[in-house]
Amino acid sequence: MQAAADNVFRALADPTRRGIFEEMTRHGEQTVHALTRYAGVSQPAVSKHLTVLKRAKLVRHRREGRETHYSAQPQALAPLVDWMSQYGAFWRERFDRLENLLERMDK
Amino acid sequence: MTTTAPTHTLVIDREMAHPPEKIWRALTQGPLIEQWLMTNDFQPVVGHRFSFRATPVPGWNGVIDSEVLVVEPNSQLSYSWGTMGMESAVTWTLTPTAVGTHVRMEQSGFRSEESHEYKGATYGWRNFIGNLERVAGGLS
Repeated sequence: MQAAADNVFRALADPTRRGIFEEMTRHGEQTVHALTRYAGVSQPAVSKHLTVLKRAKLVRHRREGRETHYSAQPQALAPLVDWMSQYGAFWRERFDRLENLLERMDK
Repeated sequence: MTTTAPTHTLVIDREMAHPPEKIWRALTQGPLIEQWLMTNDFQPVVGHRFSFRATPVPGWNGVIDSEVLVVEPNSQLSYSWGTMGMESAVTWTLTPTAVGTHVRMEQSGFRSEESHEYKGATYGWRNFIGNLERVAGGLS
């Protein structure tokens, strides 16, 4: 589970990959050519990005003739959604620190 | 094509056994803010642009760009909170109580352009990334 979450984090850390993923969630299945046109980077670069997204299970592919079609698998975001349920953790921890500081401060 | 989804708000409430004036100092004096939040060049002046800085982590430069939006001494403080293209606003509201102060922190306005597309997910991934950044900031 942790490894899966790490892969998803890493895959979405790159803005071009996020853009490619987002494009597929908006417009459904796409060919590498279509995604290359959209992303504005070279086709080998797009293929590399797709490999990273595949490893994170964020996209699935199927071959049809010479074309490979890719589609987004948003359910792969599930580990992140779980992880995010702790999202208030940052501020709660800061609240604790604030209270500790208040204890140390003069009136 | 993007649609604008309702924005997301995080609210944290806490009662603190300290007077509002004291909490206000901790929220508005740079060296004190640094002790509980992050290094900063905050000034309690509406329109002042400043930044919070945390230790950078992979994929995040550790910088939060902010602008002071509201300064009502001992009562309300608000600043924008922008990082990696994510804009939100953090608002602190202090309300005196019999034993101290009710402290409310609201962070609202995370941009979320596509939450309708994520049928399986409760939150759009942009929200997630925004939260990740904040949590990552807490790791410093």
